[in-house]
Amino acid sequence: MLNGNSYDVIIVGAGPTGLSAAVSLKKIGIINILVVERESIGGGTVRHCGHRSFGLFDFWRLLTGANYAKKLREDAEKYNVNVQTKVTVTEYMPNGVLSFVSPEEAGTITGKRVLITTGLRETPRSARLTSGQRPLGVMTTAAFQSMLYLEDKLPCRRPVIIGSEIVSFSALMTAKHFKMKPAAMVEKNSNMTFLPWMFNKIISLFVVPLYLGSKVIDIIGEQRVEAIVIEDTKGIQTKVLCDAVVFTGEFVSNSTLVRTSHLEINHTTTSPQIDKNGRCSDPNYYAAGNVLMPFKTGGKCWRLGRKIGKVIANDLNFS
Amino acid sequence: MKETKILTHVEILVIGGGVVGCAVARQMVLDGAKVALVEKSSDILAGASKGNSAILHTGFDAPNGTLEQSCVQNGYAEYLKIREKLNLPIEKIGANVVAWNYDQEAKLENVLEKGLKNGVSDIKLLSKKEIQQAEPHLANHLKAAVSVPGEYIIDPWSSPYAYLLQAVENGGEVFCDAEVLSGEFDGDNWLVETAAGNISAKYVINCAGLYGDIVNTRVLKECDFSIRPRKGQFIVFDKSARDLLNGVILPVPTERTKGIVLFPTIFGNIVVGPTAEEQESRSDSGVVEETLKQLKTQAIEMLPQLEKTQITATFAGIRPATEEKYYRVSQNEDKNWITLGGIRSTGLTSALGLGLHVSNIFAGKETCFKRIEDPISVNAPRLAEKFPRDFNTKGYGEMICHCELVTKREIVDALNSKIPAKSLSGLKRRTRATMGRCQGFYCSGKLAKLTEAQFKNSLSINDKKGVSNA
Repeated sequence: MLNGNSYDVIIVGAGPTGLSAAVSLKKIGIINILVVERESIGGGTVRHCGHRSFGLFDFWRLLTGANYAKKLREDAEKYNVNVQTKVTVTEYMPNGVLSFVSPEEAGTITGKRVLITTGLRETPRSARLTSGQRPLGVMTTAAFQSMLYLEDKLPCRRPVIIGSEIVSFSALMTAKHFKMKPAAMVEKNSNMTFLPWMFNKIISLFVVPLYLGSKVIDIIGEQRVEAIVIEDTKGIQTKVLCDAVVFTGEFVSNSTLVRTSHLEINHTTTSPQIDKNGRCSDPNYYAAGNVLMPFKTGGKCWRLGRKIGKVIANDLNFS
Repeated sequence: MKETKILTHVEILVIGGGVVGCAVARQMVLDGAKVALVEKSSDILAGASKGNSAILHTGFDAPNGTLEQSCVQNGYAEYLKIREKLNLPIEKIGANVVAWNYDQEAKLENVLEKGLKNGVSDIKLLSKKEIQQAEPHLANHLKAAVSVPGEYIIDPWSSPYAYLLQAVENGGEVFCDAEVLSGEFDGDNWLVETAAGNISAKYVINCAGLYGDIVNTRVLKECDFSIRPRKGQFIVFDKSARDLLNGVILPVPTERTKGIVLFPTIFGNIVVGPTAEEQESRSDSGVVEETLKQLKTQAIEMLPQLEKTQITATFAGIRPATEEKYYRVSQNEDKNWITLGGIRSTGLTSALGLGLHVSNIFAGKETCFKRIEDPISVNAPRLAEKFPRDFNTKGYGEMICHCELVTKREIVDALNSKIPAKSLSGLKRRTRATMGRCQGFYCSGKLAKLTEAQFKNSLSINDKKGVSNA
């Protein structure tokens, strides 16, 4: 039971940033800390990725996202970090007081410092104002990958990938891995975001039909997605048959609780407003990792977590 | 008609599981009739009732002296009467008809006069200063307003669901995936063929909304109106903006339409819409980027701080308008048939009023319905932002949808209800899962698992068996 408890540091979110910050605090000797996680398992969104592109700089080997998350959890366990899952924080209040609910109880917890590491999310179709019907099969990368990797469900066989950021290629790798036949990759700019122009031909010839300078102008399908219509800069329209549309990237900070709290928000980045040390407008609060835009890989977040852990430890030791 | 088994023998068959059908079914069950309701889709509220502005209207602007006006006002009163018993959430936030230019300002007198004539006595003119006090975040170019304090916001899906659930708990029957195909009247009884089987009924009440004319043509073999589907697109803004608006902002109405409304929802969002676009299709509720952008601009013109607010969702609803403005309610006494057609924008409010209207029709007939003395009550799902939600009660299992704070217990309840959710959109209306800002970023996987084998069109196309996870 958590209600009424006080801690030196409460970390909101058990992704790479949060868990690595917790371990770093423990190592320095700040023992009374709590990590709260709303999901039923720690690790964050890297759990959604089944391909081996994680861990090179932190565990010195290439791991799948799921195994990387497992490593992070084991590391936290080794240092005896108190991670409470299925705990949803519902409000940030002054003096480090947080309201929360869990299946067992509801109440408040207090931290001398609170570290917000709630990550980010992709911009879904609706917020992009994309035209068309609203059938099943329109999703984000996270939804696409969580169905496959976490729940063992096949969401589609012939997806179109919208975007060409690093996460778009993660979606593409996932599709290939599950032997899907991606119907297209559609990028609104004239070049891919993640790869330079010399890869255009290679991707197009060997991986997936690539439509640059193109945007989705219609989604067709009564029950499930049947096709999309894209239009290029010259106004030429192409109908692409598919059974899903995966909107990838265009990340925004997962900072809604900050917006509705006393903490200030940076409207340009959608992140909490911070100073150079990662401190929020209320000095009891810090933020780190992907909740501060832009998108960073799991490994980078892990290093940022370690850094913010040291900053908070310093702050506590000298105050 | 094909020879198939008869599903049920009833006194009243209600065609259509929209808000009107649900309200009428409830009323007639409580009046003591044996009632069945048939719905074409796999879920109730799947047509016109899928998308509306979720406001309980006072009827201040209803056409005076019409059936619409009396049904809106009776429906309003009835809602307030039954809401506690059915646990229907409600917020009395009031509305302001805001004039944004001098032309509109000149029309406010008419709005006031019409409202007073309709018996809404608490409405009054507000000066620029007064409206700015009531709504401090509205754009400065507003001129004046008419305040309508009696307008409420309600849950547009939980309420009709509760009506129908109460009907079922008290003996009513519901058949989904039961499109009405044909029917024969033998002078005494109807035998109606549906996609789910045949139903024998003494009386038929057509509440088929967007398909009202088709049902009359198919079964009654006559119809004096035709549906002209009118699409309305909406934009839902993030909940973080809720405090920017206290009440509903209505435009000064024009001849054709009520116009674009800016309103808070009982779930805590701010919504702008609807547009009014005539179209052929009765089912295409697609959205159009250009239109949405215009809507967004219009919203920001009224409430500038929305500029910084993220958009949560976009959707479109289709109203069952007809070639005339008024409701197309009629009765064919020789054939025991009642038509409740052309119930357009005001249907959410007027539904319970239409139920009473139908009840009155039967009161004048030689029927022997005996009103249920002490009907079983039901509890509508608790989805309103400002009231206790399911997660406030222990033992909810797990949070499935983090944005809308939907619990596993709520999902399981909706799937196992006496009127079960049978599609993702049905489940959304029942629980709000995936309706939040991430639109399924976190919960799609879990929902795919939980709803497996429950939906005809499931989130996943099949189990991944045979697909290697190397």
